[in-house]
Amino acid sequence: MSEKKTKRRDFLFTATYAVGAVGVGATIWPMIDQMNPDASVKALASTEVNVSTVTPGKTITVLWRGKPVFIRRRTQEEIAEAKSVKLEELKHPEKDEDRAKNPEWLVMLGVCTHLGCVPLDQKGDYNGWFCPCHGSHYDISGRIRKGPAPTNMEIPKYEFVDTNTIKIG
Amino acid sequence: MSDHEYIPKSKVGKWFNDRLPLLTLANHLTDYPTPKNLNYWWTFGGILTFCLLTQIVTGLVLAMHYIAHADMAFDSVEHIMRDVNYGWLIRYIHANGASMFFLAVYIHIFRSLFYGSYKSPREIIWIIGIIIYLLMMAAAFMGYVLPWGQMSFWGATVITNLFSAIPLVGEGIVTWLWGGYSVDNPTLTRFFTLHYLIPFLILGLVVLHIWALHVPGNNNPVGIDIKKPSKDTVPFHPYIVIKDGFALLMFMIVFAFFVFYTPNILGHADNYIEADPLVTPAHIVPEWYLLPFYAILRSVPDKLLGVVAMLAAIFILAALPWLDTSKIRSAVFRPLYRQFYWILVVDVLVLGYVGAMPAEGLYLLIARVATVYYFLHFLVVLPVLGLKERTLPVPLSITESVLGGSPNLATAKNKESLNN
Amino acid sequence: MKNFLRSIFLIIFLAGFQYNSNAAEKVEYLKTDWSFKGLFGKFDRASLQRGYQVYTEVCSSCHSMKYLSYRNLAEKGGPEFTELQAKAIAASFEVKDGPNEDGEMFTRPGKLSDKFVMPYENIKAAQAANGGAYPPDMSVLVKARGGGVDYIYSLLQGYEDPPAGITLDDGVYYNKYMYGNKIKMANQLSDGLVEYSDGTKASVEQMSKDVTTFLMWAAEPHLESRHQMGFKAIVYLIILTILVYFSMKRIWSRIKTEV
Repeated sequence: MSEKKTKRRDFLFTATYAVGAVGVGATIWPMIDQMNPDASVKALASTEVNVSTVTPGKTITVLWRGKPVFIRRRTQEEIAEAKSVKLEELKHPEKDEDRAKNPEWLVMLGVCTHLGCVPLDQKGDYNGWFCPCHGSHYDISGRIRKGPAPTNMEIPKYEFVDTNTIKIG
Repeated sequence: MSDHEYIPKSKVGKWFNDRLPLLTLANHLTDYPTPKNLNYWWTFGGILTFCLLTQIVTGLVLAMHYIAHADMAFDSVEHIMRDVNYGWLIRYIHANGASMFFLAVYIHIFRSLFYGSYKSPREIIWIIGIIIYLLMMAAAFMGYVLPWGQMSFWGATVITNLFSAIPLVGEGIVTWLWGGYSVDNPTLTRFFTLHYLIPFLILGLVVLHIWALHVPGNNNPVGIDIKKPSKDTVPFHPYIVIKDGFALLMFMIVFAFFVFYTPNILGHADNYIEADPLVTPAHIVPEWYLLPFYAILRSVPDKLLGVVAMLAAIFILAALPWLDTSKIRSAVFRPLYRQFYWILVVDVLVLGYVGAMPAEGLYLLIARVATVYYFLHFLVVLPVLGLKERTLPVPLSITESVLGGSPNLATAKNKESLNN
Repeated sequence: MKNFLRSIFLIIFLAGFQYNSNAAEKVEYLKTDWSFKGLFGKFDRASLQRGYQVYTEVCSSCHSMKYLSYRNLAEKGGPEFTELQAKAIAASFEVKDGPNEDGEMFTRPGKLSDKFVMPYENIKAAQAANGGAYPPDMSVLVKARGGGVDYIYSLLQGYEDPPAGITLDDGVYYNKYMYGNKIKMANQLSDGLVEYSDGTKASVEQMSKDVTTFLMWAAEPHLESRHQMGFKAIVYLIILTILVYFSMKRIWSRIKTEV
């Protein structure tokens, strides 16, 4: 009899705690989620860039989602150099073909994968980019060759809307 | 807090507690002997703590998205309402939370008035409470300015202009408060800073308020001093915790109803119009919780005296422990005081009502009568009543009053003398 | 306990009474049944879409809606145009953008992320074009007027010839629901003014209702999720309150006393 009573009491208290905990969780979530990107930020996901003025061997930098995007029109030599690199030599093996769909245009996020600085154009040991913060060297395909950065510079989602316009995002 | 020695069971606990006695504090709080006859009016202390923490948490979140600039404040509030994830929910909780906070604090104050909780030895608790209440009004007022709507702007203009009533230096003080020649961006940014600061001051004062409470212990409906711990008390945990929790949930249901179904009913439509220094709204009123004082302000035809009367109406509360001369705490045993108490409640509600009405004709007359009565209550009725009133016999212990236990001699005698 | 509840309700009632009496002098507004009122209130999508049509074709030539973006039109709880429709709507507006590489401003078709295009560059321009009266921004208009939706709905249908003894200046009209009865906006709606694509008859009453519904959504775009969340929250709180109540009874039964 008394054992039964104890059990019932335990159940009541357990249920109360459990239901209370669910409520606390449900209340905390909005407080966390409010720090995620809001609807107006999410809506700005794509940018269109006119690249008609970019001549071979030049890089332009555009802003996308608050970050720089490098758009480089590569010369034939640069393309050849990028393609000639053997995958075994790379820290983060990626083919140049996979990074630049149209080999003449390299579109990538200009953010060093080490700690987020913006690498300098046409600097470093590999004729690509060099990050001044902690000395990461990238080649002309934006692949990491030397230094602390773990991976190649990221390629965002982009497409050619027409021959002169790139839509990023 | 030295009424019992606590030794933690675990070694680590003991090591820690010897260096920082947090466990002793926790033990004190759970064991704290509380009168077992506390009714639901005593749950509002816990409810107010909840309100304060809710305001702080939601306020921190809003401050992450709000922009304190005259050109952007209104837009940033709309941004919160439209784009920020759950922003509308958090803002409505914060805005209605202010009203709920005041609703709870008024109940808490009137509970003290009814049961004489402000009387010796609890004067310091009471005065800290009044300071908290003043800071709450300041925080609420400045918070109302932040959305930079029409009511924000004109409310700020009117309230800051109260200081211009001070002779000689008044104008200078107002200019200093504004940081310019009108309410403008500098005013907004400093109000934002202070609005952010005050809740933490309140939090500190709440700690003192509770600390001061734990010295003599809670008052109770019977209003007698009790031995603690004794048959008259229960440990705070779990008895009072669960009861406060139950009352808090009931309160939250009302709160939720406001937030989800009528979130703007306690606000004013004009505050959804962006501040315009060229046009004053047709009918300017403060938030409901400030209306009684607003009525007092307007009932006095002189600018300086009006402000003085309004401030006096608040500060007179701080003198209450000395104005009330009665030896008996609880109104339960003060039949006459009980009637005056309810008249005061009605008087304050009437003041609130006329505060929302235009200050003219009959309303103004009512406001004046109610204002005079308000001061009479504290300055005349209470001191005289304490000396003249015939009180009812007070039981010797809570157990006696609750269970009707065996009548003790003193009470029996008292009853006899009353019957005669 | 009972006493306590009674007092609480009394106080809430009095507070509510005190507040509602603010608008004592208001006139009786026209009534209609709004689908978004009540515990489960939702917007009528078709009405919102028609209301948007009325706004664009009639109101938007003077009234801005600066807090709305074209993407909102496709969002859940709103008119819920399809994404393609919303894109098409956005693209039908010319949006000023720039500066470009040459440092010049240019126009381009609107995108979902753009805010609603404003009819005037700024408030001064709006005033100049409207005889000194600024046509208020309509983003939060419903919440900015004491009577809310009923007021807007009535105002749109409240144009009358002025009663004898009232003379109106040029460009001022008589409206029986307007505060002070004098309004600088002429009567805008007339039967059949717009042609609804869903075949609904565009009576003045219908258009007033549709555009007011649209404005309500514009002012309170999260109203539907608020109602849904509110219902869940309150049901949850009631369940927890009941559980805590019985737990409390159980705990207090350890000592002999009344709670």
